Amino acid sequence: MNRKAETIHEQSPWQQMTEGGEIYEGGTSRLTITGEWRTRTPVFLEAKCRQCLLCVPYCPDSSIPVADGKRLDFDFDHCKGCGICVKVCPFDAIVFQEEGEA
Amino acid sequence: MIRERLSGNEAVAYAMRQINPDVMGAFPITPSTEIPQYFAQYVADGLVDTEFVTVESEHSSLSTCIGAEAAGGRAVTATSSCGLALMYELLYVTASCRLPVTIACVNRALSGPININNDHSDSMGCRDAGWIQIYAETNQEAYDNFLQAMPIGENPTVRLPVMICQDGFITSHGVENIELLEDETVKAFVGEYHPENYLLKHENPLAVGPYDVTNYYMEHKIQQAEAMKRAKGVILDVAARFEKISGRKYGFFEPYCLEDADIALVLIGSSAGTARAAVDELREQGVKAGMLKLRVFRPFPAKELTEALANCKAIAVMDKAESFSAVGGPLFAETRSALYSLANRPYCINYVYGLGGRDFTVKTAKTIYAALEEVIQVGGTDEIYRHIGQRSE
Repeated sequence: MNRKAETIHEQSPWQQMTEGGEIYEGGTSRLTITGEWRTRTPVFLEAKCRQCLLCVPYCPDSSIPVADGKRLDFDFDHCKGCGICVKVCPFDAIVFQEEGEA
Repeated sequence: MIRERLSGNEAVAYAMRQINPDVMGAFPITPSTEIPQYFAQYVADGLVDTEFVTVESEHSSLSTCIGAEAAGGRAVTATSSCGLALMYELLYVTASCRLPVTIACVNRALSGPININNDHSDSMGCRDAGWIQIYAETNQEAYDNFLQAMPIGENPTVRLPVMICQDGFITSHGVENIELLEDETVKAFVGEYHPENYLLKHENPLAVGPYDVTNYYMEHKIQQAEAMKRAKGVILDVAARFEKISGRKYGFFEPYCLEDADIALVLIGSSAGTARAAVDELREQGVKAGMLKLRVFRPFPAKELTEALANCKAIAVMDKAESFSAVGGPLFAETRSALYSLANRPYCINYVYGLGGRDFTVKTAKTIYAALEEVIQVGGTDEIYRHIGQRSE
């Protein structure tokens, strides 16, 4: 019974869940919004960014999307606000704000 | 069929050689040490192609097995006592990840006080971890049970780990005559392990053991509970298949002179031989004594056991483990609970015995049968939780 993760949700009866919670595909974190855990928020200052992309591999939650060799703004559905990107950015292109701050 | 003389540990190691598992997590602890020791010789002699992983603790040996089994391999390990206790966390992980690892458990007392001799406190201590538990009386049964472990645990409707238990030193180190099956017969019986999903299956990425929030955890636990119920049927099917290749019959338990018995002992493991001798002596004197030797403790065969004991007048449940509940041991709790469904329940008392290797003799068994007769005669007793074999003022 190889159920797709997207078919399993908080109303699924036990008979329709996978044994041991096994997941039979990759990329299923897209189905779960974990960014709401965040208490502080990184802000991407594009003008200061040199596109060195150092922040990308350091992000533990793969929340810095890259397209055509350039980083985009954060994926806030999954960024948990750990602040590692803020520390590793050599150009002060990421600053940290309290959640809810303008 | 091969006639041999082997210790229980040798017999299990021999079974492992015939099965030729993919991985063995190996860490020594008395009295199970000989199992990886014998197996290491098989590895050195090129008789198996098992990855023999010598680890730094039992926590790691079971972790090794979990990783190997999740990857799609067949994994085994052996342990006893504090080694099993050190695996405790991983026992639950194995079962909840639905990985059919097999442990050869050579039962030994738990510390403290430190003691290397036999009782069942180690495996009884983890009876709720979600493992199938099958116990042996003899070396033959230890061998036969080990061969049946994987066909039971790996069955796609079960997918649960299996603990094959035998009594430390009494069975593990005592050399007995034994009938072994041919390698080819074992190979055909046990078959190969082909799980539907496994980590090394390239075309199908798999995550094992993900975090379960409150909204999912209970559903997965119910799945485990349902699998344990289904294991009952599979255990009997595998036993029937095993009988065809060996001529040896197995069930959830073995009754002895139970059909017309008024008084009976319920027990696990090597003590059955002693109890059988006591039954024979009592039967010669006209006493309707019987015995039930439990083989499968998890899943607990409550219905079948109740039917087998329904016509007894008084039963003594023998626990080779303390549970410090202040009302009785684990086998007693299960047995007495099962008997509650009967309209006319037999009297049911508990004896904790044999702790730390304390001897269980025919004389002791007969003392218990006499106590059961007294319970019937007096019409009950308030003293249901008893110990026997200890010195006392």
